[in-house]
Amino acid sequence: MKNIIYFILGIFFGIIMFKSEASSWFRIYEMFQFQSFHMYGIMGSALFIGVIGTYFIRQFDIKSFGGQSISIADKDKGFTRYIFGGIIFGLGWALAGVCPGPIFTLIGAGYLPMLVVFISALFGTYVYGLLRDKLPH
Amino acid sequence: MQAILHPWPWYASGPLIALIMFLLVFMGRSFGMSSNLRTICTICGAGKNIDFFKFDWRANSWNIIFACGTIIGGFIGAHLLSTDTAVDLAPSVIADLHQKGFASAGSAYIPDELFATSAMTDIGSLAMLIIGGFLVGFGARYAGGCTSGHAISGLSALQLPSLIAVIGFFIGGLIMIHICFPIIFGQ
Repeated sequence: MKNIIYFILGIFFGIIMFKSEASSWFRIYEMFQFQSFHMYGIMGSALFIGVIGTYFIRQFDIKSFGGQSISIADKDKGFTRYIFGGIIFGLGWALAGVCPGPIFTLIGAGYLPMLVVFISALFGTYVYGLLRDKLPH
Repeated sequence: MQAILHPWPWYASGPLIALIMFLLVFMGRSFGMSSNLRTICTICGAGKNIDFFKFDWRANSWNIIFACGTIIGGFIGAHLLSTDTAVDLAPSVIADLHQKGFASAGSAYIPDELFATSAMTDIGSLAMLIIGGFLVGFGARYAGGCTSGHAISGLSALQLPSLIAVIGFFIGGLIMIHICFPIIFGQ
């Protein structure tokens, strides 16, 4: 039953990712050229609501649908991995014009070359796992 | 109803993304797409030799199901909920991209030059997709998350590591577009 809900939420997310044009290579390019407010508006408004909602969940200990306490885990402290990993991710985001959500979205939309991006992203993840102990975190 | 068939404005899209995040939080999960790439590596057997992939992937099966939904959502968005998918870009961006050889700018959703099936025989286009995909996968795992995990979930919870990662995303993106692209496309 829960799995059906995850599936439906995923469908909803895919529709939003496509219809918002957040999956468009062009929109990502335009964002990094600072020529449109569109992508900043999407992220900014999501964050505005996200920050307020997360604050209320933490402040008033709002319970999950299952009645448990919601614990929003803190990210591990650090600097190196976040800045280096972030820059590498950003280079790829601008080059291929997609982050992981839109990769799935656009495969569904029928752009077959996106499978190349998907397999490369899997390979990149694999290589990270391979080199993890040798990389500065 | 007609409005649904047009591109959705940012002030509808952003809050809907936040809604998805909160629904997952209320189901006891956290919103993050790139961890699926790690899970898929594990399903494919990467845990045999590498500790990073040694975990019970069934714990993340909810997210794999979510990603399968995202694929279906992409199909629905593109084929059932859209009439014209051309992205209405800023005129300056269209002119700039035309100059760089992206003739489809202004008339397509993503560039035909990269994502039309015929582009697969072009070595340059293929290289962009392969290198781009690799960097996204590698960088997301190195940084411990992508746009959903850091820029949306992490920043919503006011996490400093996520802010550092998002600053990194933008440094990388700006380097690519403002330094690498002019070199690649010879301008």
